[in-house]
Amino acid sequence: MYGKGLKPLSIATVAMLALSLSLVFFYAPLDGDQGFVQKIFYIHVPLAIVALIGFVVGGIFAIAHLRTDDRKWDAYSYVAIHLSVIFGVAVLITGAIWAKASWGHWWVWDEPTLVSFLIVFLLYATYYPFRYAIEDRDRQARYASVFAITAGAFVPLNFMAVRMAESLVHPRTFATAEGGMPGEMMLTFLCMLVAIGLLWTTLVKFELTAKSASGQVKRLRRALDAPVSGGSSRIAPEVS
Amino acid sequence: MLELAVLLPLGAPALPLDEAGKYVAGAYVVFVVLLVVYVAIMAAKLGRIERELREVAEIAERREENQAAPGREAEAAPHA
Repeated sequence: MYGKGLKPLSIATVAMLALSLSLVFFYAPLDGDQGFVQKIFYIHVPLAIVALIGFVVGGIFAIAHLRTDDRKWDAYSYVAIHLSVIFGVAVLITGAIWAKASWGHWWVWDEPTLVSFLIVFLLYATYYPFRYAIEDRDRQARYASVFAITAGAFVPLNFMAVRMAESLVHPRTFATAEGGMPGEMMLTFLCMLVAIGLLWTTLVKFELTAKSASGQVKRLRRALDAPVSGGSSRIAPEVS
Repeated sequence: MLELAVLLPLGAPALPLDEAGKYVAGAYVVFVVLLVVYVAIMAAKLGRIERELREVAEIAERREENQAAPGREAEAAPHA
């Protein structure tokens, strides 16, 4: 069920990533201030935006789970948060590399962009121990959904904190009072943002497909292990 | 000429290309490595699912054989 459309989505993701990387290295002009180091921006910022949106999406799926009590939405929420945490790791590492190249330090504590993202990341890092500390599957799913909604509501604060921060060192993505990015840079950035968004979607779909397949195999095994009675099949049709 | 001399530093990279290149390559390599590690973990999971599916298929086939020939097991068992 989840695997439907995975192949064209994967092809679109690879094509978009290839196009975007070509734009980054062969089309986008060098930044007058930072030079070649600014190329990190095209991977770091889209990863950060997609990770943060992914956290919010995980919260929206969690709302759907609490409203419908359908375990499918809990799986969606878990996978969305899981992938966003992985993207978050990439954001922190690429950010540290960029900070070292630009400022001479791996980490700067007085930069609100970095610290607020770290807070969000650490918040979501507690999702796993919180979730798996609960043995009962229904309670686990409900509590995890409440966590995902609460933390998801906190994420927009991160965006607002970044926008309100007055630091001129950290580049702004969209137009500011000073004029923003040149057109070529903006186009490259938007292509990369779409590519990373597609990558996130593909990986979410991929993981959901794997989880669904694993669940179906388990159900099939349980049905086969059960004693046959009355000739009727006990094999469940499909995992929700 | 003087104008060019004034403009050049503005367009020049903050770090020389050979030094900046290491950082840029590092950032993109980190992204690719994370992606490859994730795909490798997912491939291992899919391998496990495939193995489990094979086991389930074998159980189903054995059960089907037993249902098709119910006396076979009794024949195979040693007579007391």
